[in-house]
Amino acid sequence: MEYLIDIVLLGLLMITGFAIVRMKSLLAVAMLTSIYSLLSASLFVVLDAVDVALTEAAIGAGISTILILATVALTSDEEKAPRHTPLLPLIVVIATGAALIYGTLDMPHYGDPTAPVHRYAAQSYLHDTPADIGVSNVVTSVLASYRGYDTLGEVTVIFTAGIGVLALLGYRTRRRNIQGPGIRKLVVLRVIAKLFFPLILLFALYVLFHGDYGPGGGFQAGVIFATGFILYALAFGLGNAQRVIPHQLLRSMMAVGVLIYAAVGIESMLLGGKFLEYRVLADDPVTGQHLGIMIIELGVGITVAAVMLIIYYGFVSRRD
Amino acid sequence: MDLVLDILSWILLLAGAIFLLIGAIGVLRFPDFYTRLHAVSICDTLGAGLVLLGLILQGGLSLVTVKLLLMFYFMIFTGPTAVHALAEAALQGKLKPVIDDRES
Repeated sequence: MEYLIDIVLLGLLMITGFAIVRMKSLLAVAMLTSIYSLLSASLFVVLDAVDVALTEAAIGAGISTILILATVALTSDEEKAPRHTPLLPLIVVIATGAALIYGTLDMPHYGDPTAPVHRYAAQSYLHDTPADIGVSNVVTSVLASYRGYDTLGEVTVIFTAGIGVLALLGYRTRRRNIQGPGIRKLVVLRVIAKLFFPLILLFALYVLFHGDYGPGGGFQAGVIFATGFILYALAFGLGNAQRVIPHQLLRSMMAVGVLIYAAVGIESMLLGGKFLEYRVLADDPVTGQHLGIMIIELGVGITVAAVMLIIYYGFVSRRD
Repeated sequence: MDLVLDILSWILLLAGAIFLLIGAIGVLRFPDFYTRLHAVSICDTLGAGLVLLGLILQGGLSLVTVKLLLMFYFMIFTGPTAVHALAEAALQGKLKPVIDDRES
């Protein structure tokens, strides 16, 4: 039965991929990439990688679609005719694909318990998490505690990406169009957006603080939080959204998240542990781990939400 | 009691599937954007809604049911809103419906 679902999902993925290549209208391509992400998210759910599925659904199907649409609105919605023959790219793609398929021949089978990845690090994570950290979601314990350095690096990457977009796109303050387009035409959208806005933010907080026990965490929560505000900006206009969260605030929040994360590391050093060694944060090591994970997830969430919103603001504010 | 619930949920699931099928056929067969939207909205509300209700009956009284109810609630609100937004956008983009004027 699971094979059937796999085959259907992979088949749909392939069809969507071909459709994306064949389409000329970039608006349609944007929607198709969103469908592609949704299908990948479903595939991750089938693979029991719910945390990744949540991220893929929120980023791939949600925010990146909106960002692609914003880009299309800034440029053109028709694909330009290629200037070269597609022969060389085709050969490159076929050669790379063949090399990749050849590479998978040596890989252990899916779910093989003797695969290297299941024998060394993963086993100790699975075995030690209940005693060391006491959270039921091992993904969170690996991401936030065992591999805390990596996650700090990832958050820094996101922060850097935010700065990069800010440097490239800049930001134009605009006074006019504070109400957004066609007030009366958007009445239904606005009522529904108003209805769902608090629910989305509530769900983001749930994902953030429930990440220890269920799927979720700072990354997903930040994206969902940003989605709520993007929905608000779409329905009520950028001007009103900026009254709620001004651009200056976002710029500082972007850094505040990373700083919170790094501060937890320095705090644990001051308390006599190593960098990001949460167990010294409280009297009880497990409580310390909980506290540390909670705070760094909060930091991750703040940075991710701020960067996502700043990218969205950057794109939309350039549109005239 | 279990049997009744089971039968009821299967009726709902099948009805939902039939509506989804009808909607899909409609999207393919209808002549223009607005009529296709009509078909899509059937998928969103009746199709997905009935399937969710059927799944709720399968789930019984548990946390899953609460989550499915929430999904049902979101579906009921977002589906029609999305279709409305699409129709509104098409209208603003001056998309003309296909009108069969052979009989008039």
